[in-house]
Amino acid sequence: MNGRRSFLRGFFAVLLSGGAIEGVMKLFPSKALAKETARTGKWYGYGVSVDKCIGCARCMDACKNENNVPREPFFVRTWVERYITRKNGQTTVKAIAPGEEAPETASDRTILRSFFVPKLCNQCANPPCVQVCPVGATFQTKDGVVLVNEKTCIGCRYCIQACPYGARYLHPVSHTADKCTFCYHRISQGKLPACVEVCPTQARIFGDLNAAASPMSRFLRMNKIHTLKPGLNTEPKVFYASLDGEVR
Amino acid sequence: MGKLFERFPDPLARLIVVVSALVAFGAFAYFVLIPKPVKDIEIQWADAIKREKARPVRYAGFQVCEECHGEIHNKKKTGFHKDLSCETCHGPAKAHSEDPDKVKPNIPTARTFCPQCHAYNPSRPRGFPQINPVAHNPLKPCSSCHNPHDPKPPTTPKECSACHGEIARTKAVSHHVQLECTVCHQAPQQHKVSPRSVKPTKPQAREFCGKCHGKDAKEKLAANAPKIDMGEHGEKYVCWQCHYPHSPEVEQ
Repeated sequence: MNGRRSFLRGFFAVLLSGGAIEGVMKLFPSKALAKETARTGKWYGYGVSVDKCIGCARCMDACKNENNVPREPFFVRTWVERYITRKNGQTTVKAIAPGEEAPETASDRTILRSFFVPKLCNQCANPPCVQVCPVGATFQTKDGVVLVNEKTCIGCRYCIQACPYGARYLHPVSHTADKCTFCYHRISQGKLPACVEVCPTQARIFGDLNAAASPMSRFLRMNKIHTLKPGLNTEPKVFYASLDGEVR
Repeated sequence: MGKLFERFPDPLARLIVVVSALVAFGAFAYFVLIPKPVKDIEIQWADAIKREKARPVRYAGFQVCEECHGEIHNKKKTGFHKDLSCETCHGPAKAHSEDPDKVKPNIPTARTFCPQCHAYNPSRPRGFPQINPVAHNPLKPCSSCHNPHDPKPPTTPKECSACHGEIARTKAVSHHVQLECTVCHQAPQQHKVSPRSVKPTKPQAREFCGKCHGKDAKEKLAANAPKIDMGEHGEKYVCWQCHYPHSPEVEQ
């Protein structure tokens, strides 16, 4: 008799506590829950056709012009990497510098293939940089762009460490973290980001992922799409077409 | 009030007074002294977004140029460069679109500019038009043969060096650098269309070289040319058996 009574008591206690937890979750929706809600309005994404990139570095130049990025090659919001895969399976990666003479590799018979990969901030839907910022200076806007609040950033570099794509750098003048904003001032006026604007081969595509018909949705529909480091669950919004398996 | 405190022992009453004063000050500081943007991160973010949106735009965008430069736009849209934005080559032009007379965009004419895209690089996708900037018509600006708004390979090369680059490069560092190819070769127009069936002429006799290098040469070009006596110097041979005309040696 005692056993049955204590069992029922325990049973109802579990029911009640479960309900309480759910109630609390409803009162304070966590980030995890918020992510699953349907997205309305703009939700910006970016496309890169790796097989179209000619490595001319016009995008890097335009980005520096548009966003006051320091001219030194070390500080970049977007950059282009040259991949060289050799016949023994070894891959070397080097970011190109504008105006720099390409190393002579045409006669190198050990090279299996080589190509350019444009890189930029992936504007993750689940951004690690936002999670680690101790002062809430980096945040995600409603349209899915991760921005840095220069006024409150304390320059601790934690986000630079946390970014798995190496997309952030510390601005040498303001001493705050800086990164690609998808040219937020341009896209909020309906213009394209500067790098997309100047890309001579349309290797870079930009648009609203929620739009039914746009170059971006067409790009996603017509290509096999990959993202960088999908296993990290960062949910990047920069999508790559014709991406080589070697690219990280 | 006094009655209320009498119910507590004296030290406790003092403690209550101190603590409540601290709480009151804390509340005052939090609700009155600290400005709202410091407390509310949403306000900080909205501020940051506002600041981000207010940044100056430098690149005007591809639709803007057409309004004034319709002719070039129409020409460009049929050519290979149809997908190129004007600002890819001419640089940021927002300032120019606002004040066209005062600010002029850059017109890149340097020979180093076009090879940024068109220099041969084995990492570039196959089929993209590429040249070797060292060998391809050296020192000539790209726009002298290609119109950048409607680029195509010139149908007939204007220069012999477009095909005979190696000879042109050899000649460029030789004593014959001043001589046009046509001084010694006559190239019929048909040679440019079907180069193998119609060939340019070549000098046939040693007297041809003698026109400049003979002892009593009258040719104006030959004022400074080294002179020899045609009667004594290698009379059994034609000149090009010993001297290579595209790079005649300097031996005295």
